[in-house]
Amino acid sequence: MRLAILGAGDVGRSVADLAGEYGHEVVALADSGSAAIDENGIDVEDALDRKFADGAVGTTDPDSVAETDYDVLVEATPTTLGDAEPGFTHAKRALEADRHVVLANKGPIAERYEELRELEAESAGSIRFEATVGGAIPVLSTIEDSTPEAVTAVRGVLNGTANFILTRMAAEGLDYEHVLAEAQDLGVAEADPTFDVDGTDAALKFVILANVLADGGFSLDDADVRGIRDIPGSALDLAAEDGRTIRLIGEATREGVRVGPRLVPENGALAVTGTRNIVQIETKHAGSLHNSGRGAGGPETATAVLSDVGRLPPL
Amino acid sequence: MGDDSAAEDEPDADAETDGGVRAYTVRLELVDEPGELLRALRPIADSGANLLSIHHERGNITPRGHIPVEVDMECPPDRFDGVVDALRDAGVNVIQAGAERYGEEISVVLVGRLVENDLSETLSRIEAEASAVVLDLSLAAPEGTDGVASARVRLAIDSGETTAALGAIRSIGSQKDLTVVEPLLGGDA
Repeated sequence: MRLAILGAGDVGRSVADLAGEYGHEVVALADSGSAAIDENGIDVEDALDRKFADGAVGTTDPDSVAETDYDVLVEATPTTLGDAEPGFTHAKRALEADRHVVLANKGPIAERYEELRELEAESAGSIRFEATVGGAIPVLSTIEDSTPEAVTAVRGVLNGTANFILTRMAAEGLDYEHVLAEAQDLGVAEADPTFDVDGTDAALKFVILANVLADGGFSLDDADVRGIRDIPGSALDLAAEDGRTIRLIGEATREGVRVGPRLVPENGALAVTGTRNIVQIETKHAGSLHNSGRGAGGPETATAVLSDVGRLPPL
Repeated sequence: MGDDSAAEDEPDADAETDGGVRAYTVRLELVDEPGELLRALRPIADSGANLLSIHHERGNITPRGHIPVEVDMECPPDRFDGVVDALRDAGVNVIQAGAERYGEEISVVLVGRLVENDLSETLSRIEAEASAVVLDLSLAAPEGTDGVASARVRLAIDSGETTAALGAIRSIGSQKDLTVVEPLLGGDA
């Protein structure tokens, strides 16, 4: 497949870097200000070197990516909420041109799912978005293989930053502020950690899961979301007295989405530690399935994008 | 909760580790010697069960002259037989195993200005509005009584009433400006 990649952050760059290994060709790579385009395949290494040196991947106007001859648009621009722009328009333009779209950007799938599905129905192309939920972990393809109708609920830990903070608080008996500062030093937490610690990032992923289970109907506004800022170290100590710990757990069903700090057994599967993620997929006929692994990171998330590309039919 | 029939068919202690747990009570009798309690608890922990509480009746003596100990634990249903076997293999006398004491037992952790917001009134309301019995309470107030504190409340609830009870506790929490950390129910968790 010939890939046009929008977004040259960790994920976009890793997709470009690994595409060759997966048997695909990159014909365009764009960040917000510039693009490298070559219909015979761009020199990825060259573009990435330029990105590091000058902060720009190429010399072409990023808008001209739309006119390039590609098979799959990889949408890896930053997640935005509300109208989910410009990600939504990128996907729309590609579907209207009868191309496939693979999203790593959570915004359009969480906020404008039905619109995307309508565009897909009119298009020769398809949309896939494995990378939006749980990074490298095959969550959506597992649901797809079980068929969404046979999945009754998905629960789990899908934010590594919040999980790292709670794990450290429990292990070291430290308070939230202290561990947050440590996480920021380690690069696990962003300078502005709001998106992670208030549960928004996890909520977006569980909204996407609810949309897949119910074939639409949910956006972030429909989710009941609580974060971990109010959890003191003493709450984790008390939980431990009972053989439990506290994790930021999300739940998606056809009825709704809920994210918040919950008590889980210390020895239970959902009590993953550090930045590890896990989902429990509850099925009608096959009991519970658990998928665990790295839920973030450039190369990790890029593998999910490239698995999606591999599942697409030829155009 | 987990699937009981599977537990009876497959007593393999390592069969599942998916977080599905139930509460169990075992009654043991121990010889009155130093280190006996630790020796009796180790097989439980080593088998992957969580200890919830230990009732060590030092003043009582069984007819055989031993000390009765009641241990509450939780583990995946298909691990429980393995826990009991491990106890017996370790030479611990297990008098009674597996009777669940309550319909359902849950813990919640409350966080906030608990003392300032009248903790005993909160507990009475939980008992009344959530039809629950408070089994025990553990309070941690590292900032003093007028700061943010945490309380773990273990509750006995009639079978099948857990969802309703948690709904009631959640609503009491929001009225009293408390964060309620609920257990994760449903599925195997």
